[in-house]
Amino acid sequence: MLAFNPKDHRMLVSGNEAIALALLHSNVQLASGYPGTPSSEILETFSELGGYAQWSPNEKVAAEVALGASFGNARSAVTMKHVGLNVASDVLYTATYSGLQGAMVWIVADDPGQGSSQNEQDTRNHAKASVCPMFEPSNAQEAYDFVRLAFEVSHQFQIPVIVRMTTRVDHSKSILVPKEKPLEALVPNFVRNIPHRVMVPGYAKPAGKRLRAKMEDMRKWNETEGPNKMEMRSADLGIITSGISYHHVREAAPDASILKLGMTYPFPEALVKDFAKKCKRLFVIEENDPWLAETIRAMGIQVESKFDPVFRFGELDVTRVRRILNGETSPDPIPVKGKAPALCVGCPHRSSFAVLKDLGCIISGDIGCYTLAALPPFEAMDMMIDMGAAIGMGLGLRHVLPREQAKKVVSVIGDSTFVHSGITGLVEMAYNKPETGHVVVILDNSITAMTGQQEHPGTGRHLDHSPSYKIDYTQIAKAAGIQNVEIVDPVKNPEAMKKAVSEALAKDELSLIVAKSPCILALKSILAWDKANKERAEKLSKGEH
Amino acid sequence: MKTVNVKFAGLGGTGVIKASDVFAELVFELGHDVKKAEVHGMSQRGGSIASDVRYGDKVESPMIPEGEADFLVVFDETQVIVNEVFLKKGGTLLTEKDIDVTKLPNIKSLNVAMLGKLSRYFDFPPEKWDIALKKLFDPKFHAGNAEAFKIGRGE
Repeated sequence: MLAFNPKDHRMLVSGNEAIALALLHSNVQLASGYPGTPSSEILETFSELGGYAQWSPNEKVAAEVALGASFGNARSAVTMKHVGLNVASDVLYTATYSGLQGAMVWIVADDPGQGSSQNEQDTRNHAKASVCPMFEPSNAQEAYDFVRLAFEVSHQFQIPVIVRMTTRVDHSKSILVPKEKPLEALVPNFVRNIPHRVMVPGYAKPAGKRLRAKMEDMRKWNETEGPNKMEMRSADLGIITSGISYHHVREAAPDASILKLGMTYPFPEALVKDFAKKCKRLFVIEENDPWLAETIRAMGIQVESKFDPVFRFGELDVTRVRRILNGETSPDPIPVKGKAPALCVGCPHRSSFAVLKDLGCIISGDIGCYTLAALPPFEAMDMMIDMGAAIGMGLGLRHVLPREQAKKVVSVIGDSTFVHSGITGLVEMAYNKPETGHVVVILDNSITAMTGQQEHPGTGRHLDHSPSYKIDYTQIAKAAGIQNVEIVDPVKNPEAMKKAVSEALAKDELSLIVAKSPCILALKSILAWDKANKERAEKLSKGEH
Repeated sequence: MKTVNVKFAGLGGTGVIKASDVFAELVFELGHDVKKAEVHGMSQRGGSIASDVRYGDKVESPMIPEGEADFLVVFDETQVIVNEVFLKKGGTLLTEKDIDVTKLPNIKSLNVAMLGKLSRYFDFPPEKWDIALKKLFDPKFHAGNAEAFKIGRGE
């Protein structure tokens, strides 16, 4: 938890804490998101600091809520991990066309090295493709400064702005000196502007042209006023870099001149040309995709860069940057393998997977703690791709497999993941029912466990744990057209779980089984939150305040 | 001054992150530039975990490069082999074997005892360590922590 004392001029905070403080000091009226490592702590900290933060069912809805707020002249933010932007990209790619009235910042956290992600995609590609301005902080101070700057730029140019974080910047702590004065609060107010807000072709075509013209204005702004730094030392070696790579470069090559780009889209071309002229040898150091290198080469400037077959993968560090600068192409030494994570002792998912394994199921899985069931000793998950995919992939298998195999297919999905993108899967299941029927198991541990125990619409509590409406999975399933719906406790009554799954598998019908038992790590907190909410409700009903 | 590098390592749930937070807070309060790195997420589920604290006049990368850790503090013997590549030649390795764990009031305070052991290698006044411990832990653990720290320090 961030103990923020406004009198403190010097704080030791993580990048995520720095962003939360920047949201507060930017007078953000609404911040929404969906949890995802390494971004999850931003909204929790913002809420603890007194800001209005909310978890939405998924990143797309979160982004739409924040965009709507900015249409009402508010300052809003949305947070997500890199793969969350895939879900929300439909919003982004047209929100840049429409522009906005207040200000909106997208905090998107990439995960180079895949500490806890299913891929290593690079958000810089999304920024360019969606024509969205982008900042790349390298430490807590810049995370704070760039978020504030992003809000100013967003309002000035009336466009959403991405702040691209990476795991190492999100979770590393470094020293932050906050600014004395917050940004002046915007006053929410709706002003009708149909041609700029309704993106039908007749209005969207001119909007697309306006967007490109806006990017040219922003590029000029970035050349002169953007948060880029040219540090001239020896002219023998000049390095262009951004984000965390800057600090690795400073340590690995202390004598090199550096052009550190804080705003990488729209790309400050003149600045790069100027730097290139001043250096005898030019190098790009960047994590993941050769995004800077390709952009610079497309400008007709020769630049050396990392050997991609080795260094495109994983995080950079000082040792790897030294190897890149030496032109090395040999594979990285293989590190001694640490202990892999596993499902906790006492985790309710253990009981559920024991049953599914025992019944010889083909398991179409999803994203959460329960994905650990794919590893030994269970090895009880046969596929996992993206949020909510368990149901669709399971249905696809049911449609094509020979009957004896199709009858074994089960889709397994967590409660938070079900709310995120599983509901449309249920609709598909009833609409295009496979001949053999299908079985979906919601592993309901009553929390978003994997990312650190966040609330969601199925817990009945808001982000700050205050009471909210609690959605009922069985009612949703019935309304969607699922014939058989059952709730079982896999821990207290594994036999009932086994009976429910085997009976469902035997029928050629549609079944939903909710395996309900709370996360062992979250249980104490859940009981405390519910107790506090109950006491509050009792006080209110007695008329006390 | 030259950057000092301290790496903490163990298994998820053994207090690695907390110990590194206490040490980072201590050197921060003493006025140094500080950076601290760790990996969250999957590692919380009982897997290997490590946290780097670096301090000095100016710290660049938050991660300790291989062969540059002045101290490697390991809370679980199995994790020595995973992390020893980071220890510099002549650097100091501290493990739970350096502590008489049978004397600890609670095995959960092993991380604080390890900080006590580590404290012998620094000139920082013991009360500064105590202030950092108080800042990072719930007050109800303070008495137990103070005792564990003394046991680790060998007092």
